[in-house]
Amino acid sequence: MQSSLSESLAGAARLAQTVGESVRAVAGFYHERTAWRELPDQRRAFLRWVEGADERNVADRYAALAREGVTRRWGQLLLTATLATDGSRRYDLRHEADAERGVGDLTTHDDPLDARHIATNDDDGRYRPLKTAPTLRTGWVFPSLTAQQVVQAVDFFYPATVANWYREREGDLDVTHWRETAERQTGIYDIVDELSGEQVEWLAESCCVDSQCLKRRMWDEDEDTELDVPRGDGAFPCREPCSLVIAAARKWAVFEGESEREYTFTLTPSEKGQLEEILDAVADGRVDEIREADVFDGANRYRARWLRAKRAAEDGTLPAVEADGTGDEADGADADD
Amino acid sequence: MSQALVIVAHGSHLNPDSSTPTFDHADTVRASGAFDEVREAFWKEEPSFREVLRTVEADEVYVVPLFVSEGYFTEQVIPRELRLDGWDVEQWDSDGTSADHTTLTARDVEGKTVHYCGPVGTHDAMSDVIVQRAESVTGDADVGDGFGLAVVGHGTERNENSAKAIHYHADRIRETGRFDEVEALFMDEEPEVDDVAEFFESDDVVVVPLFIADGFHTQEDIPEDMGITDDYRMGYDVPTAVDGTNIWYAGAVGTEPLMADVVLERAAEAGADVGDAIVRVRSETGGVAGD
Repeated sequence: MQSSLSESLAGAARLAQTVGESVRAVAGFYHERTAWRELPDQRRAFLRWVEGADERNVADRYAALAREGVTRRWGQLLLTATLATDGSRRYDLRHEADAERGVGDLTTHDDPLDARHIATNDDDGRYRPLKTAPTLRTGWVFPSLTAQQVVQAVDFFYPATVANWYREREGDLDVTHWRETAERQTGIYDIVDELSGEQVEWLAESCCVDSQCLKRRMWDEDEDTELDVPRGDGAFPCREPCSLVIAAARKWAVFEGESEREYTFTLTPSEKGQLEEILDAVADGRVDEIREADVFDGANRYRARWLRAKRAAEDGTLPAVEADGTGDEADGADADD
Repeated sequence: MSQALVIVAHGSHLNPDSSTPTFDHADTVRASGAFDEVREAFWKEEPSFREVLRTVEADEVYVVPLFVSEGYFTEQVIPRELRLDGWDVEQWDSDGTSADHTTLTARDVEGKTVHYCGPVGTHDAMSDVIVQRAESVTGDADVGDGFGLAVVGHGTERNENSAKAIHYHADRIRETGRFDEVEALFMDEEPEVDDVAEFFESDDVVVVPLFIADGFHTQEDIPEDMGITDDYRMGYDVPTAVDGTNIWYAGAVGTEPLMADVVLERAAEAGADVGDAIVRVRSETGGVAGD
C-alpha cells in the first residue's frame, strides 16, 4: 500500500514537472517568436545558435532548455541557456574549465562590463594583449545573464567574434589577406610588407595556430596563395592579421634584413640537445611547468645555469668562431627577393 | 533612430593600464544613458579600429578619438582603419587645434552614418580638465593663487600639431588669470620639463602632462627628468621640492574623470542627442554643472 502511494506521488510529481516544463516551453516558444523578432539579425542568430535552434527540433530544444539547459562553447567560454518562467532565457557564462564547478565555488558577476576586467590578465596575473589567446582566467561565473547581456559579455571577452561569425555564416565575411594588410601599414609598420611568402608562413605558425589564438585563420598570403599552416578549429573566424601579428612582423622584418653568417660553436651532443629543448620549452610556453629539481629536462633552470656557467662569457654571450667570408654569401641572404 | 558612441584610443600590447582611462570614461558615458550603445576600440587592443563598427547595432555612430592632438593617428590611421569613405582632413577645416567633426560612411558596414569627431585633446573643454587635474592633485578646489601651472607634452613627434595642442591649452588657461604663471613644456624639445623650476618664479608649480594614459612617459620619464625621484620604482611625494620649488606632479590628465565630459561634448557637437548628460556628467565628475 505504501509503495503504491509513493509511486503515485512520484508519478504526480513527474506529471507536474512535465506540465511545468510544457508551460515554460510554450512561453519560451512564444517569446522566441515575438521578443526575438525585434532583435538585430546578428544577435538573434547568435542566440539561436547558442541553443542549437538549427540542429534539433523545437520539442527537443525546449525540453532541453526547460530541464538542464543547452550548453555551447565559444572559445574558452561555456554558455548555458535555460528557460525562465516567462519564456525569456537566462544564461550561465563561465570558463569551460569550470564546467563542473558549483556557482558557489566561483566568483559571481552580474554586470557584463566585468568581462573586460576578467579578460585583462591570465590565471598567473600576466597581461593578455590578445583577447582570443587560450589563456582566459578561470574561477568566475555570470550565473544569470539576459539575452542582451550575454551577447555583450561575449563581445567583451572576444571582441567582434559574434559579428564576424555572423558574416561568415551569411557568406559575406570580408577577409583581408596578408599582402593587403601589410601594404596598408604606414609609420614604423611600413616595413612589414617586406616579408616573403615563406616568412609569412613562419609568422602564422608563430602567432596564429590554435595553441596561440582561438580564432580560425581565414586570411592567407593573398587571395590566390594559401598558407600551409593549419587554420585552426575555432568557432569564430579571423578575417585579417591583427595588431599583434603586425607588431611582431615588424620585428621580424627588421631581423630578416640581416644576412646570415656561419658560426662555429663547441658543444657536447647533450648540450646541443639541451639548447633544442630550451627552444621548444620557450616556444611552447612550458617553462613554468618544469619542476624545480627536474634536472632530466634540458630546459630546467639548474641545467640552463650549468650550461651558462660552462659555456657563456661573463656578458652572457656564447663564444663562437665566425667563419671568414661566408657572411654575405649564406643561403638565406636572398630570402627577401 | 538609435545612436552609438565609439571611443577610439591607442591601447597597448604591454601595459594593461593603458586602456583603463578609456574604459573608465566609457563607463561614465554608459551610466549617463546618453547613448544606446557605447564601445571602446583600440589600435593595439580589441576590438580593433578595423572591426569596431560592426560590433555596434546603431545607425548613427559617433566616433571620438581619445588622443591628445590632431595628427598621424586622428588624420591617417583611424580614418583608414575605420574605412571611412571619402575622408579628407580638410573636412575638419582645422588649424591644428580646431578640428570639429565630419559625417561619412564606412565601407564595411551598411546603413550606418559615421560622425568622425576631432580628438578630445584639442577640444576647449580640455582646458577645464587640466585645471581640474590641478585641483585634484593639490586637493584644493580653488588652486591658482600663488601657483604656477606647467602643461607638459611629448614634443617633436610626427607632426607639429602635438606641440600646438599644448600651447593652445596653456594659452587659454593663462588668459583666465587663475594661476600666477602658466607654461607649456615638453619632454623632447625646448622648453624642457627637465628644468621645470627654472621657468617659474612661483614657489609651487603644478605639472600636468597632456597624456591620455599613465605609462612609461608619465610614470618613469617625466618624474625622473624633473628630479622628483631618482628611481621611478621608488615613487615620489606630492609635492616634492626641487631646487626650492614645490613640484605638484599630477600624472596623465587623461585619467581625470572629467574627461568623460569632453567625450560627450565632442559627440554632442557632431549632432548626438545627449539630452542633459553633459550637465549631469560634469556635475558627477567634479566639473561645474551648466558651465
